[in-house]
Amino acid sequence: MIENKSYQITFNVIYLFIALIMILPLVLLFISSITDDNALLANGYSFFPSKFSLEAYGYMVTNSSTILRAYGVTIVVTVLGTVIGLVITALMSFSLSIRNLPGNRVISFFVFFTMLFNGGLVPTYIMWTSLGVVNTIWAYVFPFLLTNAFNIVLIRSYFVSSIPNELYESAKIDGAGYFRIFWKMAIPLGKPILATIGLFSCLLYWNDWLNGLYFITDPGQYSIQALLNRMSQNIQSVINSTSSSTSVMNLPQASIRMAIAFIAILPILVMYPFIQKYFANGIMKGAVKG
Amino acid sequence: MTKKLANLKEFIPLYLMMIPCAVYLIINNYIPMVGIVSAFKKFRITDGILGSPWVGLKNFEYLFRSHDLAIIIRNTLLYNASFIIVNTIVGLFLAILISEIKNEKMKKLYQSSILLPFTLSMVIVSYIVFAFLSQKNGMLNNSIFKNNPVEWYSDPSWWPLILILVQCWKTVGYGALIYIAGIATIDRSLYEAAAIDGAGKWTQIKHITLPALLPSIITMFLLSVSRIGYSDFGLFYLIPQGSGTLFNVTSTIDTYVYSTMMAPGGIGRSAATGLMQALVGFILIVLANALVRKLSSKDAIF
Repeated sequence: MIENKSYQITFNVIYLFIALIMILPLVLLFISSITDDNALLANGYSFFPSKFSLEAYGYMVTNSSTILRAYGVTIVVTVLGTVIGLVITALMSFSLSIRNLPGNRVISFFVFFTMLFNGGLVPTYIMWTSLGVVNTIWAYVFPFLLTNAFNIVLIRSYFVSSIPNELYESAKIDGAGYFRIFWKMAIPLGKPILATIGLFSCLLYWNDWLNGLYFITDPGQYSIQALLNRMSQNIQSVINSTSSSTSVMNLPQASIRMAIAFIAILPILVMYPFIQKYFANGIMKGAVKG
Repeated sequence: MTKKLANLKEFIPLYLMMIPCAVYLIINNYIPMVGIVSAFKKFRITDGILGSPWVGLKNFEYLFRSHDLAIIIRNTLLYNASFIIVNTIVGLFLAILISEIKNEKMKKLYQSSILLPFTLSMVIVSYIVFAFLSQKNGMLNNSIFKNNPVEWYSDPSWWPLILILVQCWKTVGYGALIYIAGIATIDRSLYEAAAIDGAGKWTQIKHITLPALLPSIITMFLLSVSRIGYSDFGLFYLIPQGSGTLFNVTSTIDTYVYSTMMAPGGIGRSAATGLMQALVGFILIVLANALVRKLSSKDAIF
């Protein structure tokens, strides 16, 4: 028994060490954001900075328009993308879950083939550009992320296994059409898988910077990730583009970057304890790809 | 005939419900498949893909003649191979170790911590990496390498290691959770019986845990092999901060496709690269799926 206890202590020590490796980089990000900018430049990023300062956050509050706007874009895009994506994915999955639907095999192939082959970045880019999404909110919502065949497969198999055929039969006898069956049965019964996919979709949209890189050139339309991405190249042009009156001279460059990065992940950090379990379950069931 | 039509009528709502998703897939996935003809054209924005003049295989010739192709293919394959190996080993290690820990509260804490980096965007990760590696005021140069600071963003020698570490840090929790789920399904009495027979921890892992996890290891392995021509664009584009001197060790097919697309006159070449990538990806995913089907048919994708 003593041996068992020493095992446990060793394992816990190792795992605490691993947990620190996972978490400490985020701590460094936060500490840099509350470090005095001059101290940062002089002594470098550090877990134990020589001087603390909330200047970066103060600067953000006084020049909040850029950041608030980017935050707003991100929130709107995340909500729109997740809702539209879930609705069209669920509709398609439900229809494909009806086995005796004429043409089911052909349509299934039409959906699944998109997993095997794609046109690549260039044609997709040209396609969406020619549809005029450039510098609009739709550039974040539509390209690449909205739905994919993998999610359709997952939700379809969930519907197939959780809605017994007898339910359809009895619903039909009661005079319900497929629209009603979808709203009254499929959606309520499919809640667990829809919630999981929705959560992952939220995360993807929140973290998406690629569509911003491809399709957004107008700083007024930056999402928070697009803003951060452009800022790593040139902080001044980004931060001053919408509020021209600010003086560039006293911009706390290094720490404000870290501060904006920190408030970009803040919602994730706040929600994480509550949603972590759903993420873990989704992954453990092999339900969601990476 | 009329009966068949009447029968079809019942399904009309279903067809209507499919329309939004079908339209999206056509626009986002199918029309671009036709657009791969741009790989054989000299693209002019004013003429569009279809109106631009044909140039035959010129784009491909150009590509094969440059040295870039060999570099980006080598990098893509080698990095993916290292990611597969490192993530499998570290993921298994994390999963097996966590399953040995008895304290449920600590277990939950550890599990949350290894998944946390997975929820961050690559932009944020690039900021964190910059805080560690910045040449002038990065943490590493200011503490460990104080006496002879490393020019991280212009010295290629460290980058394979850096990229492998960053990728592992960000994504290993995901794989580990799949293995944790696999371990949870193993019958505990097997371990008890083994312990009574005098098997130590290592023997138990070797003869019970690993064999039980083999199917999920194989599936994860084959899935990553099927995507071996693709890479995490953000990892290779953002983490090195676009440093040109690092091209040899940090560029992959995906970063090349993007940068050539953005370069003047590069659209045709970029499309040609993308087409090759898609074709190889197609062949690999079909092969991988055939293999999965053979090894454990229920894990096959199609």
